[in-house]
Amino acid sequence: MSQENQSQPPLLYCNCSYAKVVPEDVKQEVLRQLSESGRSFEAVADLCEMSAKRDPALIELLKQPRLRIAACYPRAVKWLCSAAGAPAPDDAQVVNMRILPADDVMQNLMSNESGEEST
Amino acid sequence: MIATAKMIQRVVLYEAVGAKRLDPSLRHDLMRVLLRGGYSVSRVLAGDRLVPLGHSSLIVLGQFEGELPEKLADDNGSVQVLVRDISGMEPPAIATLVQELASETGEGTAAGWKPWFPVIDYDRCTNCMQCLSFCLFDVYGVTNDGKITVQNQTNCKTDCPACSRVCPEVAILFPKYKAGPINGDEVNADDIRREAMKVDISALLGGDIYSMLRDRSAKAKSRFSKERDDERALKERQRCLKKLQESAGMMDIPGEVLSSLPSLDQIQEKAVQAKQRAADAIELRDRQAGRNQSNAHPGS
Ligand code: SF4
Ligand code: SF4
Repeated sequence: MSQENQSQPPLLYCNCSYAKVVPEDVKQEVLRQLSESGRSFEAVADLCEMSAKRDPALIELLKQPRLRIAACYPRAVKWLCSAAGAPAPDDAQVVNMRILPADDVMQNLMSNESGEEST
Repeated sequence: MIATAKMIQRVVLYEAVGAKRLDPSLRHDLMRVLLRGGYSVSRVLAGDRLVPLGHSSLIVLGQFEGELPEKLADDNGSVQVLVRDISGMEPPAIATLVQELASETGEGTAAGWKPWFPVIDYDRCTNCMQCLSFCLFDVYGVTNDGKITVQNQTNCKTDCPACSRVCPEVAILFPKYKAGPINGDEVNADDIRREAMKVDISALLGGDIYSMLRDRSAKAKSRFSKERDDERALKERQRCLKKLQESAGMMDIPGEVLSSLPSLDQIQEKAVQAKQRAADAIELRDRQAGRNQSNAHPGS
């Protein structure tokens, strides 16, 4: 949605609510650190469900330049978004909570550089 | 796709002009409780621009110091904005408040089901239609321009990744699957080798269904065909189920899916229909390719 400072990339957090594929401790710690950070962010219950429903909000969210998405494997997120008719822009960066520890996820989300996809 | 009239209710935690910053632990608890309730949550800070996401209503929560913000940036008045002061309230009470407001707005929440459906990696897909001819539950379809697509996600059997095994290109993902590359992890050479051992639905279901069908129509000419077919169908079904159960470990097909499989006759009928759909799709695809070629080289 929004950002406090235009130089900071917008952040989207997926809570992967209906499966245990993202380790619970990582998910909760990332949400805690995000909530306690000085950054605004968007959080959604489950990106997969938004994709299945082709939720128009997902399409709008993905229009934001330099979006950072905390979710799962970048290849999965890329094609989920595409399936929803909302291809993620080339400069979007997906940070993988399935394999990275919470601190690394946060580091990737918060860094100001435009980076490669984090797997 | 799944038809939906409702978007997921968006809740804004407003911490911008006119409101206090929330206590970090309250903010975290609220985030947790609202996400668990199936809402989308946005945190807004001073200097933020509230980007509209297409919702017809917003629930705005804050600890307001002066007047409640009646309008939010970028809101041209077409969005119903319900602003509530949550000063002194605890997360469970706030969650109840949100629930009441959401029933007023009529927007939905995430459905509470495990979204389980295949997602196609079109960087890998060659449009061979194997998945279309494999799936007995009509999950796959073809677009007007002849491209394979996932069209009935909700028909997909939860936790069953079987169709991803038939894809020769490892192009079918289930993001909520436990292991790679089906979960979206990168595909390596071993995966490609493994997936090259394609599973054929007819083999999986106990022999070549198509030749069995041909057999049957030949036998239909025989005056004993009725009893022989019935007997054979029963035996065949038993053999199919046994074989399918044996293969299930490898395929990772859940027990509930196996036990809810249609009868052999229905499977046969479905398989014929699916095969026909795939054949039609291939014809359409090839026609399309021919058309594209002649557009690219007119007169050749
Ligand atoms: S996108 Fe990934 S993290 Fe998000 S709900 Fe789907 S599987 Fe879970
Ligand atoms: S089986 Fe795989 S490669 Fe073939 S059409 Fe389906 S997704 Fe594409």
